[in-house]
Amino acid sequence: MKHLDEYRDARLVRITAGEIRGLVTRPWVLMEVCGGQTHTIMRYGLPDLLPPEVEFVHGPGCPVCVTALETMDRAMAMAARPGVIFACYGDMMRVPGSRLDLFRVKAAGGDIRIVYSPMDALKLARDNPHREVVFFGVGFETTAPANAMAAHAARRDGVGNFSMLASHVLVPPAVRAILGAEGNRVQGLIAPGHVCTVMGYREYEELSAEYGIPIVVAGFEPLDLLAATLMLARQLEQGQARLENQYSRSVTRDGNAAARRLMDEVFETADRKWRGIGRLPLSGLRMRGSYDEQNAEVRFETAVEAVEEPSECISAMVLRGRAKPTDCPAFGGRCTPRNPMGAPMVSTEGACAAYYHFRRTESEGEL
Amino acid sequence: MNRFSCPAPLPQRETVVMGHGSGGVLSAELLREVILPAFSNPLLDRMEDQAIFESPGRRLAFTTDSFVVKPLFFPGGDIGSLAVHGTVNDLAMGGAEPRYLSVSLILEEGLAISDLRRIVRSMGAAARACGAAIVTGDTKVVERGSGDGVFINTAGIGVARDGARMSASAARPGDAVIVSGPLGDHGVAILTQREGLELESAVESDSAPLHTLVRDMLDVTTEIHCLRDPTRGGLASTLNEIAGQSGVGIVLEEGSIRVRDGVRGACELLGLDPLYVANEGKLAAVVPAELADRVVEAMRAHPLGREAAVVGAVVDRDRGRVLMRTAYGTTRVVGMLAGDQLPRIC
Repeated sequence: MKHLDEYRDARLVRITAGEIRGLVTRPWVLMEVCGGQTHTIMRYGLPDLLPPEVEFVHGPGCPVCVTALETMDRAMAMAARPGVIFACYGDMMRVPGSRLDLFRVKAAGGDIRIVYSPMDALKLARDNPHREVVFFGVGFETTAPANAMAAHAARRDGVGNFSMLASHVLVPPAVRAILGAEGNRVQGLIAPGHVCTVMGYREYEELSAEYGIPIVVAGFEPLDLLAATLMLARQLEQGQARLENQYSRSVTRDGNAAARRLMDEVFETADRKWRGIGRLPLSGLRMRGSYDEQNAEVRFETAVEAVEEPSECISAMVLRGRAKPTDCPAFGGRCTPRNPMGAPMVSTEGACAAYYHFRRTESEGEL
Repeated sequence: MNRFSCPAPLPQRETVVMGHGSGGVLSAELLREVILPAFSNPLLDRMEDQAIFESPGRRLAFTTDSFVVKPLFFPGGDIGSLAVHGTVNDLAMGGAEPRYLSVSLILEEGLAISDLRRIVRSMGAAARACGAAIVTGDTKVVERGSGDGVFINTAGIGVARDGARMSASAARPGDAVIVSGPLGDHGVAILTQREGLELESAVESDSAPLHTLVRDMLDVTTEIHCLRDPTRGGLASTLNEIAGQSGVGIVLEEGSIRVRDGVRGACELLGLDPLYVANEGKLAAVVPAELADRVVEAMRAHPLGREAAVVGAVVDRDRGRVLMRTAYGTTRVVGMLAGDQLPRIC
């Protein structure tokens, strides 16, 4: 398939992995920020190809995983309201809140629809003028422009029954929380290609300078990730710390200006609680006051109690790259994708789920 | 004359109404005008509560399945032909040739009679093409909102082939795993139709009856150990069941598993894995390695097995698990899904 197969080519993958093996002389700890990259690394078994010195830890880049319990509870309270059509992405359905998940709310009579785009939710609102349609707008900077577009179009076209429960998160504040934490092990960072397609990579140049570590913006195919690993290893071995862009077929330094303008019109930065990490200042996006009519939190009073996360779950450590999913005593036993204790086990992009689905085999000595 | 004191319901020809499930005049009319003509055969035309037939000293296979697919009509088939093929294939996976089918229709008030006619005609045609007769059935009507157009249950009786003893617990280390063709066509055809996705190349459902393909395979050898049709949950789920029930490991070779470009593209777009997407006209077989080439050759000579290939092997380690050797020489686990495959966010 064009635009995909060339980034999965087995011969090039082997050559690149060989170059990495030939280059590395010392142990290096690398973090891929984005859950989509974690997924590729596990699905293609890339650690098998790398020298043992290169260790990947998996970052907080799964928007499903980091959505706070309270936000899930609020979503479920809205979805259960009579007259509401609640529209969300598929992998939000199984995310546990403090007591329920959206599947259970649906079974109890909530009208919940899986959509592929916020514009589908807007269409639901147009097609059902006598119902309130609430779209669950989660995600990083990647999904924010499309969600902003839906709110913008609803206001522009006077679609009065559309609103959004927005719970966007931003990558750079999370990266700061990880790199700035005491005992940080991460020495090189693979930055999220899709986020940078929208935002450009100036923020990551700042991060690289601030923490003195190499950062490579990368794509999501096996060859992208191996090329980025090679670029990081080369910098680390040579004692360099700068930003490089591996994903130049999609990412420019300034990103997509039109998309950012739209985001800026609808959203403003705000403090945000991250599941497994806690509250980070100015780490999220909320809807501006001028979009109160499209803001589900303003339109629908939903009282939600603050809740504690299960104490056994070590997702905080996993999301910060301080522990592997397999370090968790509950992994694979009390915590599985069927019965997830913490969010990284829910989404296919979550680090724990990626390990669970694609974990190594007994014949190779792991698990 | 009766009309004067006890008016019959208004003639209703356009949509299904509750009265069509009443057992009265409307029910009889629906049967006579819409359903029976589609299935007609001597056993059914006797119009008894059951069909009685001879089975002198034969091994019989018996199965049932219900169909609630949405949309009712999709590229490559419809709920009617699917309801026949699904049950025929369940029989075929036991090495049985279909003989008699039952059909239960649960109709939702408001269903267009023209749609119902199209569905039952498709069922009749599919059954006749399989050499099976629909010999008994039932029709109920539920209120609007209690159904989804039409739900269909079919049951089937087939005659099992002598010597065939396939079982999901019969895989042995050293066996070869064969798949009859590219994966994921049905699931993607349904999904793209349901979601209104427009793809460059339309993907059609692979819905088809597999009993003649199985017949050709059994003509080569009755030593086929396992035979399954990877429907809901796809090939991954089917092979996990076999690995679990047989207490063996299965290692797949990624490079030998075929997926059409259109299916691959849709799966990339939706964040789905074709290994978990439903098929309705494919089978997976586990056979002794020394017979694999001959079985594949026989399959390739059949229209439904042209792209049959050995895709993996049964091993004596990693018991109960399915592994995939990737094109890079790395290995990953192909697990069971927790629930439905959920489209990913980004």
